[in-house]
Amino acid sequence: MKRMSTVRVLAATTVAAASLITMAATSTAGASSGGLAKGAPVNIGISLSLSGDFSADGQAFQRGYQLWAKEQNAHGGLLGHKINLIIKSDASSPTQVVTNYQDLISQDHVQLVFGPFSSLLTVPAGQTAERYGYAMVEGAGGAPSVFQAHLKNVFDVSLPVANDLMPFATWISSLPKGQRPTSAYYVTSNDPFTEPQLPVAQKIMSKAGIKSLGFTVFPAEVTDYTSIADKVAAAKAQVVVLGSVDVPTVSAFMQAFEQAHYNPKAFIATAGPDQGAAFLTAVGAKNANGIMVPNAWYGGSANPLSKAMVAAYIKQYGGTPADINSDVAEAYSVGEVMTQAVEATHGFNNAKILAYLHSGKVLSSVQGPVKFNNLGENVDPTAFTFQWQGTKFVQVNPVGDPNSVKVIYPKPAWKS
Amino acid sequence: MSGSALTYAIVDGVLTGSVYALMATGLTLIFGVMDIINIAQGIFVVLGAYLSYAIQLHWGIDPFVGLLITIPTLFVVGIVVERGFMSRLKGPEKTAMSILVTYAVSLLIEGSLNMIFSVNDVQINAWYVNRSFKLFGVYFAYIYVFGFILAVVLLTALWVLLYRTRFGASVRASLADQTAAALIGINVKRVATICFGIGTAVTAAGGMVFGATNAFNASSSYDLISRLLTIIVLGGMGSLGGALVASIGMVMLEDVVGVVWSPIWSTMTFFIVLVIVLSLRPQGLFGKQLARTA
Repeated sequence: MKRMSTVRVLAATTVAAASLITMAATSTAGASSGGLAKGAPVNIGISLSLSGDFSADGQAFQRGYQLWAKEQNAHGGLLGHKINLIIKSDASSPTQVVTNYQDLISQDHVQLVFGPFSSLLTVPAGQTAERYGYAMVEGAGGAPSVFQAHLKNVFDVSLPVANDLMPFATWISSLPKGQRPTSAYYVTSNDPFTEPQLPVAQKIMSKAGIKSLGFTVFPAEVTDYTSIADKVAAAKAQVVVLGSVDVPTVSAFMQAFEQAHYNPKAFIATAGPDQGAAFLTAVGAKNANGIMVPNAWYGGSANPLSKAMVAAYIKQYGGTPADINSDVAEAYSVGEVMTQAVEATHGFNNAKILAYLHSGKVLSSVQGPVKFNNLGENVDPTAFTFQWQGTKFVQVNPVGDPNSVKVIYPKPAWKS
Repeated sequence: MSGSALTYAIVDGVLTGSVYALMATGLTLIFGVMDIINIAQGIFVVLGAYLSYAIQLHWGIDPFVGLLITIPTLFVVGIVVERGFMSRLKGPEKTAMSILVTYAVSLLIEGSLNMIFSVNDVQINAWYVNRSFKLFGVYFAYIYVFGFILAVVLLTALWVLLYRTRFGASVRASLADQTAAALIGINVKRVATICFGIGTAVTAAGGMVFGATNAFNASSSYDLISRLLTIIVLGGMGSLGGALVASIGMVMLEDVVGVVWSPIWSTMTFFIVLVIVLSLRPQGLFGKQLARTA
């Protein structure tokens, strides 16, 4: 009886395994067939954080993807097929993002997938897409943890974040001795996007004699930053390097610094100030003056592709170039890179697209040139530092760059 | 670690903790009277913040003065939610079902707020939001001091309402035993509705201070509700005094650990304390039984 039962279990397991293999094969075939009936739309599946912690970025990404799809459709779509974006919300959850991509691929049978927002979600999303043989081009998964996952299908069109702060650190270290700050405080969220950035800056600045007065890591889920910010303020460092992922974090530190009557000579945050008008609304235009942020793109970029995108964005949503969240450009770049891959491979065959993206070809995007190494990192982009100068968001370094303007240094006093 | 950083951590803990007490009091009151775990409390706080923000933005009304509008408004919202959803929950599954229903309410409000205000973060601003004064060598932020005073006033008013009025006696009777309260002629349903309204109304004040000390959007509610729930579990579900002590204790503990050790360990330390307390007193610091006989 026991033997019979074991045989049945084995038989059932074999049948189930065979079914799974067949399903997987069918699915992969679907993904790699590349052929679409004439007039049929090309469906692109995306999971975005439309609610939860990353909702502000997620919705900016949605705008970027939608803007790209609209512009591309106005130019005939992809290989003559109208682009149809299928966007599902993952509520900023690394678990939900897996479910969403599984659904998009196995139920919605999308031809292509684009990446979600944040490095935190890109790893599980990329792993899911890899299982089905899909290429995942993304714009917000530049943390070392993404590339350390050794996913052969993930390609980040943006700047790898580890080197984001290098231009700032190099610039501040190069200041004449009389102007160069003598001390710095490094404080960061333990998010995979921010935490790896600070040691790079700390190393460069320490070499230049800028004494490190502290390196504090705080959990990503903090609801009250006051005591952490007060600790930083009490150290009275001349430079603060803040590893932030959003506007509320930067806003909380700015508020606490002002309350503690502490005004560092230079204040740079890894994210938040790059969110355009949303940042100014939260912190006030006067207080934003002098705040810096590293990035690879800004609304005033001279790149012709960027200018066209900015014009299209303003036409659709209004505002000024400074109002545009850099997430929009990151998402838009994803679409541009995928467009070039699809056109070069003459179809939607993910295996061919993967091979093409790994070929080392230099592609173009609103953020500048894109070239992937074998880890999927974009090795071509240049890191910049941007600064709020009044209500203008301007590029301030690399100092020798023709598009850089003079840095406001030291940072003006708080003006609430 | 400097002495001033530690002083700031303690001061921040007391001042900020009192504001969390305002938010958590409503949650524990609702649970105590109705056996409802109100997951929507976080979004009610955010709704209170948005109301204060909108009133100031469009009508130029100071956020503290605006409480004269937002507190009654959220009281009405609470009544509507209770009558529309909560009062329909009955039977032994009531508490479990309340989690699902209030979560649904939370999603509904979150979606509406996103549509009205977008997901971009906003912050309430007034002259006292970023300013501070120096006392005994320590800077005190006006907003936290005002928030602390507001919390003391409102929590005192709530205490007077519960312990010095006829309605309060009805509430306490309902807290102790709903069946017995009904048998002596108390309209337990009415008491529950009003308590839900009060529990929601106090979030207007907590929300206003939250919105003045943090940039926020509708999604800010998720971090808030997890924190509020742990506060009332530590304090003892249904205990008003417990919510106050746990709020101040938790925020102070987190702040001090963050300064003395590292912020990374702040939350974990709090949970270690929570586990120890619950191991010794499963009902929390001021558990239900104690609260109901207070």
